[in-house]
Amino acid sequence: MAGHSSGTNRGSHSMDKSITLPPDEIFRNLENAKRFAIDIGGSLTKLAYYSTVQHKVAKVRSFDHSVKEADGDPLYEISVQEEITARLHFIKFENAYIETCLDFIKDHLVNTETKVIKATGGGAYKFKDLIEKKLKLKVDKEDEMSCLIKGCNFVLRNIPHEAFVYAKHADSEFRFQTTHPDIFPYLLVNIGSGVSIVKVESEDQFERIGGSSIGGGTFWGLGALLTKTKRFDELLQLASKGQHTSVDMLVKDIYGGAYGSLGLTGDLIASSFGKSATADKEFSKEDMAKSLLHMISNDIGQLACLYARLHNLNRVYFGGFFIRGHPVTMHTITYSINFFTKGEVQALFLRHEGYLGAIGAFLKGAEEDNPNQYSWGENYAGSSGLMSVSPDLNPMQRARSGTFDMLEMDRLERQLVNLPLLQDPSSYIPDTMDLTEDALAREYWLYCFEEALDGVVKRAIASQPDMPEAAERAEKFRQKYRHKLQTLRNQPFAYGSLTVRSLLDTREHCLNEFNFPDPYSKIKQKENDVALRYYLKVVKSLEELSWEQRQFALVRGLLAGNVFDWGAKAISDVLESDPEFGFEEAKRQLQERPWLVDAYNQWIERLKGPPHTCALFFVDNSGIDIILGVFPFVRELLGRGTQVVLASNSGPALNDVTNGELQILTERIAAMDPVIHSAFKEDRLTLVQSGSSSPCLDLSRLDKVLATVVRERQTDLVIIEGMGRAIHTNYYAMLSCESLKLAVIKNSWLAERLGGKIFSVVFKYEVPPKH
Amino acid sequence: MELNGYHSGDAATAASDDDEAAGPKQQPRPSREETASSGRAEGAVSEGSSAAERRSSSSSAARQRLDSLKRGRPPFPWFGMDIGGTLVKLVYFEPKDITAEEEQEEVENLRSIRRYLTSHTAYGAAGIRDVHLELCDLSMCGRTGSLHFIRFPTHDLPAFLQMGRDKHFSSLHTTLCATGGGAYKFEEDFRLMADLQLHKLDELECLIHGVLYIDSVVPSECYYYENPADPEHCEQRPFPLENPYPLLLVNIGSGVSILAVYSKDNYKRVTGTSLGGGTFLGLCCLLTGCNMFEEALEMASRGDGTRVDKLVRDIYGGDYERFGLPGWAVASSFGNMMCKEKRESISKEDLARATLVTITNNIGSITRMCAVNENIQRVVFVGNFLRVNTLSMKLLAYALDYWSKGQLKALFLRHEGYFGAVGALLELLNPS
Repeated sequence: MAGHSSGTNRGSHSMDKSITLPPDEIFRNLENAKRFAIDIGGSLTKLAYYSTVQHKVAKVRSFDHSVKEADGDPLYEISVQEEITARLHFIKFENAYIETCLDFIKDHLVNTETKVIKATGGGAYKFKDLIEKKLKLKVDKEDEMSCLIKGCNFVLRNIPHEAFVYAKHADSEFRFQTTHPDIFPYLLVNIGSGVSIVKVESEDQFERIGGSSIGGGTFWGLGALLTKTKRFDELLQLASKGQHTSVDMLVKDIYGGAYGSLGLTGDLIASSFGKSATADKEFSKEDMAKSLLHMISNDIGQLACLYARLHNLNRVYFGGFFIRGHPVTMHTITYSINFFTKGEVQALFLRHEGYLGAIGAFLKGAEEDNPNQYSWGENYAGSSGLMSVSPDLNPMQRARSGTFDMLEMDRLERQLVNLPLLQDPSSYIPDTMDLTEDALAREYWLYCFEEALDGVVKRAIASQPDMPEAAERAEKFRQKYRHKLQTLRNQPFAYGSLTVRSLLDTREHCLNEFNFPDPYSKIKQKENDVALRYYLKVVKSLEELSWEQRQFALVRGLLAGNVFDWGAKAISDVLESDPEFGFEEAKRQLQERPWLVDAYNQWIERLKGPPHTCALFFVDNSGIDIILGVFPFVRELLGRGTQVVLASNSGPALNDVTNGELQILTERIAAMDPVIHSAFKEDRLTLVQSGSSSPCLDLSRLDKVLATVVRERQTDLVIIEGMGRAIHTNYYAMLSCESLKLAVIKNSWLAERLGGKIFSVVFKYEVPPKH
Repeated sequence: MELNGYHSGDAATAASDDDEAAGPKQQPRPSREETASSGRAEGAVSEGSSAAERRSSSSSAARQRLDSLKRGRPPFPWFGMDIGGTLVKLVYFEPKDITAEEEQEEVENLRSIRRYLTSHTAYGAAGIRDVHLELCDLSMCGRTGSLHFIRFPTHDLPAFLQMGRDKHFSSLHTTLCATGGGAYKFEEDFRLMADLQLHKLDELECLIHGVLYIDSVVPSECYYYENPADPEHCEQRPFPLENPYPLLLVNIGSGVSILAVYSKDNYKRVTGTSLGGGTFLGLCCLLTGCNMFEEALEMASRGDGTRVDKLVRDIYGGDYERFGLPGWAVASSFGNMMCKEKRESISKEDLARATLVTITNNIGSITRMCAVNENIQRVVFVGNFLRVNTLSMKLLAYALDYWSKGQLKALFLRHEGYFGAVGALLELLNPS
């Protein structure tokens, strides 16, 4: 048995070397690379660089309205402009490729002015001369531990689903934790050849509070002696097949059963290797490897718990080569932590654990660019995502999938913070449904996004009629996104929790990657134009109604407007086949009361009371939704004496109205409507950007300016509109003020899941419990 | 060994119920000094064994039993047993104050057991009487005699039971107080093979009572190492455990249990680790092909662990000052063995040494954390892993002192692994 498996492994290693390197797909945008850092470990090299990326953005510009009266002229002008943003690239590859990679980098390094490369990791010393010779850059060594911590802080702060709990036997192995802006203090247990236990208290403050010499090197070294198996991966593979009970002395071997009075069950290990203290018995390699793995994992887990208890910390992250995505070690460490803390502390792992050193070294070299002053976002299009390195996987497959791994982070233009009105930021989870855990829902949505792909491609081409190569780019987009969907089908955990939001965001990232910054720009323009013509008529007819009637008409208007949504497949079908599908038609489609979720009566009762001080309104679609649905509703709020803050996306996503577009629309409406005009002029009606370019909404990552405005205006009502923002996300979000969440369910599967039919209405009005 | 100035103190608790135990208490004395060779020790025991007694009758046995009960003490023989994962520890009290009348009435079976145990120092293939630990002139429950310390491998228990059967142990109607996991695991075997009913006792309770008792009757039981880092000046020094609480008690048998003891009956098991004596021996057997504890220790004493382990200085060239790690500290146990060339260059002795150092340091490290978490400064190490294992004791002494910056003191007890058995015996004499 053992001979057979090691034979297979040997075969696969010779295969590794034959894998050819496609460097231009890996070292992306190297021409514009500015700064470098490298982390060379025992077997893997991690390269980090910073580049500037030129990409197209859609801009809108208002025409001069004084001359615009003729029908057929568009409302505003759309232009595509070049913009330069910053991106961080991290690439991980086996040390065997280091020379090839350095050669490639040298050949493509054109624009850099940098003279040094920051280096960390045990191998930095070994490869120093090679790097200096090849790249003509001076190698500047940085302390390993401080790089690690810096990198850890960075990913925890900027990647919402960075940390996860590992559960081997659960439906989804990886349970991602929502990380919060307040990441300190935490404990980092780094299991390299030895173990370091570091307490991190702030960005610059950390302390090595302890450690142990029994670590990955012990598993490897002792394992190699015991089993004559040389490679770390092979040892783990052996361990995953072994039975430790033949080598370890269990409580039941001593007691015959459990040690009841101490609550020690019979299966607990009383003495590791306790049964091997004999000369006349042979033990299998697998069993010894397993016993060794348990011994080391339990020991580390125990020490980690003792330190966590002493320093009163409950966030404990594990990293180092012993962990590095290996399910076997993540499982044994998790088990040990559960045992020693009786479930009080959870072992946390990091998706980008392998990059921490490289990220930290890079940040040390980039301090003059102040990378920590910005918010960064993981670019799903340019990142490989978490790979399952199941030990059962054919080692050849594993080697191949793990050969090159990439992470790209985009610098966001705005700094993102929590919405100050979240009731408990630490327990806020934006997404309503976790598709990593819900296999049926995952199946449906992956299918749904794949089905919609043709339409998106068509729309992308149509948005750039003047560009002949648009079709070719759109095809590349199709391939990339389809590949991402395929990856997510097999590894739903690749980018953290799989959600409708992450599927939508991944699509936006892929569209941007192929320079389709706003495929819906033309449609939005046309819809906005049409809707504006009806605005005064709608307002006038509302004014003729009694107060009660008007309130209901306003809500119905909001909901009907929300039916117009290119993001939902059912609607895009109707809209495409019948462009005259009108506002009234939409109202007829709406479910009659009582709605699926119906808090309308409570809302009306509330409106009979004193006005709200300030309402924050997260708007959704362009066209009829914003103009004929939202604005009349806002007008009524203003009339009650409530200030209104309209929050719209910073960048385009589907047909959602962007901040730039809303600016123009508001001016146009103000020109027609004195109520809006005066409110806008007097700043009772304010426009802010959300900081996001997603059809969904993460209330823990919002523009800092928005947060300030919300606080200053003493906002006491939050309105969230649309499926993406109020159903797929935030349906269960708890706010510290009153909130309205409303949407029309334009997807029959989701409607059925919620117990209704297509075009069911959700009207949720919530008041926080009084203290 | 002089025992001047010794006060029996808590020893009274063991005999306090006995109104006839009046008069000056006798000082117990160890039969021989620590350094006594087994040959000399053997002689000492045969000296002590009394002349042969021949007569016996079943009626006198019954009378003796009645007599004992009247005085509130159990009939002879007095045993305490601790059946661990690797070793069975047996303590046997041999009365030396047997009156002529008693001698006449002593039943044959009892006499034969007494003579068998006290006239040998080795039993069967691997049974050993630790003569150097024997306590002479010990007063227990109003009787004066010697306490004998005997051990044999747990896997030899069937042979022991067979002997009990052959010697008709069950005819003495004695209660056999036993602790350790084996008291539960082998309860059935005792009943079926030797017709013996075990009185099962909790091992931690027995351990603590045993420690407290022995420390109270043996003046230099507890000691520590002075200058553990300096081989030239490292010396054992007695440590009077007069006011022992709170105390961290670390029992290193096959596995390790760590107890916080606040008083005789107030204690808790803080934690434990599976990396214990069994792990040392188990790994040594696999790595070096040896199969005896003594052999493994002997190899370790000749080996060099630093060839096997990766030290801080192997990685950083010296101290890792930023984190206050000295260059000599082990960064990765067996870390050098990741490398093929180094695997081929080390000896079995080096491996044994590295194994010993790894296990010992790890116990030290967990102990230190527990002491800090429980806010206890005094740590007592017991258990058979420390038997003839000065290497580990000095290492523990040094590690605790160094990493706690002198806050913690490692204490050791001469009767290392026998406290559980002693505790079981005390339970026989003074049922709680």
